[in-house]
Amino acid sequence: MNLTRRRVPEFGVMLNSVAMWTLATLWALPLLYAIWTAFHPAAYETRFVITAPLTLDNFVKAWNAAPFARYFLNTFMLVTMILASQFILCTLAAFAFARFRFPGRSILFSLVLLQLLVMPDILIVENYKTIRALGLVDTIVAIGLPYIASGFGIFLLRQTFMSIPRELDDAARIEGCSFIGLLWRVYIPLARPTYLAYGLVSVSHHWNNFLWPLIITNSVETRPVTVGLSVFSAVDAGIEWSVINAATLMTSGPLLLGFLLFQRQFVQSFMRAGIR
Amino acid sequence: MHRREWVYGWLFLTPALVFLFAFTHYPAFNTILGSFFSTPRGRKPAEFIGLENYRDLVADEVFWKVLTNNFWFALGTIPISVALALLMALWVNGRLRGTTLSRVAFFAPTVLPLIAVANIWLFFYTPGFGLIDQLRSGIFGLPAINLLGNPDTVLGAVIVVAIWKEAGFFMIFYLAALQSIPPVLREAAEIEGASSFYYLRRVLFPLLMPTTLFVSINAVINSFRLVDHIFVMTDGGPDNASSLLLFYIYEVAFKYWQTGYAATLTVVMLVLLSILAIGQFFLFDRKVHYQ
Repeated sequence: MNLTRRRVPEFGVMLNSVAMWTLATLWALPLLYAIWTAFHPAAYETRFVITAPLTLDNFVKAWNAAPFARYFLNTFMLVTMILASQFILCTLAAFAFARFRFPGRSILFSLVLLQLLVMPDILIVENYKTIRALGLVDTIVAIGLPYIASGFGIFLLRQTFMSIPRELDDAARIEGCSFIGLLWRVYIPLARPTYLAYGLVSVSHHWNNFLWPLIITNSVETRPVTVGLSVFSAVDAGIEWSVINAATLMTSGPLLLGFLLFQRQFVQSFMRAGIR
Repeated sequence: MHRREWVYGWLFLTPALVFLFAFTHYPAFNTILGSFFSTPRGRKPAEFIGLENYRDLVADEVFWKVLTNNFWFALGTIPISVALALLMALWVNGRLRGTTLSRVAFFAPTVLPLIAVANIWLFFYTPGFGLIDQLRSGIFGLPAINLLGNPDTVLGAVIVVAIWKEAGFFMIFYLAALQSIPPVLREAAEIEGASSFYYLRRVLFPLLMPTTLFVSINAVINSFRLVDHIFVMTDGGPDNASSLLLFYIYEVAFKYWQTGYAATLTVVMLVLLSILAIGQFFLFDRKVHYQ
């Protein structure tokens, strides 16, 4: 049975497989190595013995050496705030661009697209001045403000909204739905995959963001984990590498764990968000 | 009805536009304006100084150094990471064994914060103690080297990190493109007796052209935008050998507090990105077809 399927693998397939595994191993190595050092005592940092004792000491040390609990809380609040505001602002704007006709629409839309190129990331000097003028320096809100009206989000949602058939609009309108009701009952539910995709991209982006938070925060109460980690590992007090690696894994842990669990959704979301 | 659409359109847009203008367009405009003014000092307000900042810019050796670095950084990172991304995608999309695990391995660095990535690699590069030196002395008996402390090697060391971080991200876009290519094409090519290589070169590559362009543009933007690892690994040193444009802007603005000059440097960044956008526009219009 199935004679055609069970061929001996060709030489080319073998070669490709070996090459792929080699590259994959190479790619995984830095991370695996960090995991190795983080879970073993410092003495085994460069000695690879299978019997090396496992330990969580490094994580405990890192956790006690810096206020990571607070950093996590800050990042969590930051990411939640940004995501919620982005969803609201981008949904409204995308709906306006997708369904309403009004003067200035195309000019405004190209101004939105401009943000894909001129990102707040590079306008650090002027944005710092603005935040200072608002009296918001060293607040979590200030870290998020430049990002909550996301050109990318508006663009992505507009594309999705435009693919929703107009007939649904008319049906809902005849039923007496308001625009908000239409958005809430028809558009948002149908665009759920896009929200998931955009949400994952946004969360991982802002969890990882560093430069702007570094500039705008200067206290434990506001610092996100990335800045906290850099402050922690920059101290020249001779902190052991295994402890630094433990801290490094800790800060990326939630995202990494989420990625491993929802690997397929993650990859699909990034794909969806990337297709234009 | 039309009148109502007007009102609603503007009503729905306003919240997003307010923030967009406040944190993108207004600062971009102000940056350009600010580049013609001096840096305010104490009670002395900013004065209009015409092109003086730009004259300083042309005379600033560090600026040229940083711009050259950024050029080499982009040139070192982009072709390799895009090529690797394509290779990864072709493999992972194929019918080989172990594709799921490989995909995880390739994509995982993308999820990590760049700061964390830098920490991991810093450990690799530590002279005498890091993994690279352990291997060098263990296998080849070579003396310790300081890759990050040497102006000749530091940029290369940083490029490796950027490639590791980015290739998996670009792989995703190729993967998406590959999955949208109908399998009929491959079957037709096989029936016609075309070799895999021929199929790759004549069918797949042209169809992947839009993706390649999209990915490349993104890679160029990232090479200007992502500087987090510089903070952890080298701090721009030694002797500015690994400093990139955005990192230099940060230093000028927030270490030396020369905001006028920092604005001028940002204008350079804006100009570079605009050239990119114009290039993208023309390339996309001419060379590339959408499915």
